[in-house]
Amino acid sequence: MASIKFTLNGKPQTVEAVPEMPLLWVLRDTLNMTGTKFGCGMALCGACTVHINGDAVRSCITPIQNVAGKTVTTIEGLSADGSHPVQQAWVEHDVPQCGYCQSGQIMSAASLLSKKTQPTDADIDEAMRGNICRCGTYGHIRTAIHRAAELATVAKAQGGKA
Amino acid sequence: MTSIMKVNRRDFFKTTGAGAAGLMLGFALPEKNLLQAQFPPPPVFKPSAFIHISKDETVTFIIPKAEMGQGPLTSLSQILAEELDADWTKVRTEFAPVNPELYGFQGVVGSMSIRTLYTPLRQVGAKGRAMLVEAAAQQWSVPAARLRTENGFVINPSTNAKLSYGALAEAADKLPIPATAQPKDPKQFKIVGKPVKRLDARAKSTGKQNFGLDVKRPDMVYAVLTRCPVFGGKVASFDASKTKLVPGVKDVIQISNGVAVIADSTWSAMQGRKVLDIKWDEGPNANQSTAAITRMFSELVAKPADKIARKEGDAAAALASAGSKMEAVYEAPFQSHAPMEPMNCTAHVRADGCDVWAPTQMQTPSRDLAAQVSGLKPEQVKIHSQFMGGGFGRRGSVDYVAEVVEIAKAVKVPVKLTWTREDDMQHDLYRPAAMVKFTASLDASGMPAAMEVKAATPPFGFARNGLPGTAVAGLEDIEYKIPNLLVAYQGGEAGIPVTYWRAPGCSQNTFFMESFIDELAHAAKKDPLEYRRAMLRNSPRLLAALNLAAEKANWGKAPAGHFQGIGLINNIGSYTAMIAEVSVSNGKLKVHKLTCAIDCGQVVNPLILQQQVEGGAVFGLTAALKGAITIEKGRAVQSNFHQYDMLRIHEMPLIETHIVPSAAAPGGSGEASTPPVAPAIANAIFAATAKRLRKLPIRDADLA
Repeated sequence: MASIKFTLNGKPQTVEAVPEMPLLWVLRDTLNMTGTKFGCGMALCGACTVHINGDAVRSCITPIQNVAGKTVTTIEGLSADGSHPVQQAWVEHDVPQCGYCQSGQIMSAASLLSKKTQPTDADIDEAMRGNICRCGTYGHIRTAIHRAAELATVAKAQGGKA
Repeated sequence: MTSIMKVNRRDFFKTTGAGAAGLMLGFALPEKNLLQAQFPPPPVFKPSAFIHISKDETVTFIIPKAEMGQGPLTSLSQILAEELDADWTKVRTEFAPVNPELYGFQGVVGSMSIRTLYTPLRQVGAKGRAMLVEAAAQQWSVPAARLRTENGFVINPSTNAKLSYGALAEAADKLPIPATAQPKDPKQFKIVGKPVKRLDARAKSTGKQNFGLDVKRPDMVYAVLTRCPVFGGKVASFDASKTKLVPGVKDVIQISNGVAVIADSTWSAMQGRKVLDIKWDEGPNANQSTAAITRMFSELVAKPADKIARKEGDAAAALASAGSKMEAVYEAPFQSHAPMEPMNCTAHVRADGCDVWAPTQMQTPSRDLAAQVSGLKPEQVKIHSQFMGGGFGRRGSVDYVAEVVEIAKAVKVPVKLTWTREDDMQHDLYRPAAMVKFTASLDASGMPAAMEVKAATPPFGFARNGLPGTAVAGLEDIEYKIPNLLVAYQGGEAGIPVTYWRAPGCSQNTFFMESFIDELAHAAKKDPLEYRRAMLRNSPRLLAALNLAAEKANWGKAPAGHFQGIGLINNIGSYTAMIAEVSVSNGKLKVHKLTCAIDCGQVVNPLILQQQVEGGAVFGLTAALKGAITIEKGRAVQSNFHQYDMLRIHEMPLIETHIVPSAAAPGGSGEASTPPVAPAIANAIFAATAKRLRKLPIRDADLA
């Protein structure tokens, strides 16, 4: 067991864990933050996507010891109230069906928009192809990402936080 | 919370008969009406079983179905809210407890939720509304007939007085349930048929929606289970000494289906399992393989027609006297369901009762199986229905419920059993592999004079006519008029567990049938659209769907370099036609567009319908173009998405959904668009390349 310190959703966090335990299971089993999902355990499906220092990362293959000193954001910390432009667009376009993969989809989409404010369809393909949706919501996801880009631009123009 | 009519709480604990354990394990073949006989629908659906109204105006609908993404929590609530005249913004939902007397059989298969509950829930809502109106009438001392309702209020039009449903609920609760109530004229619908947003979209966009795998109970432990990699095998012996040294591991126990590692986290249980040393008795399937199964199928379809599923005229005689015959053999592999949430379940077994937190399509069988395994009575088992991260038929089998209850019985504290992706993919009950042989002759005008269809595939699903009817769904129920038609089931038990998979039977059989029809059309040198139209003259709904799809897809006028193909299906009470537009360049296939037209009767929610058409089509596309489960040495070869990939966003075609307006009774939508995808694409590939693809999945190598 090791004591590992990092920043989780804006707050300091210390966990006692086996150093090799993936961040995914620390979040889910140790910290009871179940918004981040288990899908494959091999970084093949993207259901477990979180942000580490702002980048979209697969938490299922990220040992907790690698997170020490870093900043982690999960779906629970993306916004306090579901007001992140990606989340607003997801609700507006009724994206989720079963919904299980959507935390990961949203985290990948939010990371994309933080780097490219007006993504093309090709940008979306590249950023989102690691996230599987078995319900087939891809068409809605694409539309919602373009809409989120609009919402973020409007929010920025109004001085809000994108 | 007040229910608008008193519930006798004891009702929740009464039960009828024993469970259908065989069905949920996916092997047995009950006659279709067996479930109905075992769990008859209640003679009266009581409003109080479905509607609770609080003083704060919250309207809670108690939904006896399960939610795995197809949206019944929203669409069934729309039906109740419409007839109740509830304020939609005040609507919440809860899953119903298992109670056969109040709800009949509880489970979701065959896109049945709206189909079975549309009429009963309209009655329930209308009766609830009548009771609220009567409560207001008594309070105001005016005849109920003079009052109207709107958006959560009873209104007296002559005085403009208003009483809210929340204020009336307690009084309404004490009134008798009217014997009948008049549902609305559909022309007055304000909520049903409208593009209402899903009730679960926000929770599912913020990480707040809990699924089965997110269940946590006080003192809960975590389990993973090693099952015999060979189907049908069992544990011979095991050595857990290394496992017990892994930090966090608490216990190792053997159950009927394998060896379970119990730990203080999922991760520790997985680590403990890695060093578990088990000797297996691999059983009778140890040498089974895809090659051997294919050989068996080939022999079976070569034999004379065996069990007859459908007979029109005399196909044998017509084929014997035909001048020339066409023959073709089609194949499809095993497919995994691969829902994004792997199988899991949580249970707590005590001496006097058992709680099961089950992400299941089958609540009633889950209860009865949990009772059987725990040794308790069904009424001592409480099923807490959980949201499912996809089901697609997989969660219609409840093997995972039996496993966790057996583990829970041993550990005595709450325990969550998690299947890894590898467990999920290698211990699925698969879409059955299948082979079908067609023999046909054409008449002088090029139309089919006779067709013989022989299907070899493992038996599964509901029995019909003394054979596994689901195995020939999509073959025996075609609407095409063919004067001499024989559809036969040839057997094909392979020792591999199989079950329902989105559009069971049809998802592979419609590929076979619609591709072969296309072969006949080309042999007759006829346009595939006109050819189908000529055989559907007496099938107005399917014909209308075909015509709408053809119109919207600009049939025959594809852009240069693009080619079109047709697939169609009548299943789940709906009529669906699809036209694929593809290109093949340098041996690479690209699917550009799928145009789908559907007549599913009265539409409850067009947004959810569109979601389902798109989602069902993607399911069909994945099976047509991506993976296959193959068997070697009695086990599934593929273990995770690197070997069994799913369609991804960069491969997503444009999908258009067009609705044929219809006032007919609601059909299903979740499984309508899956079957026609593969044939539409294969037929478009034929148009592009003159290559006839008779085996799924379609590989680029097949196009060269």
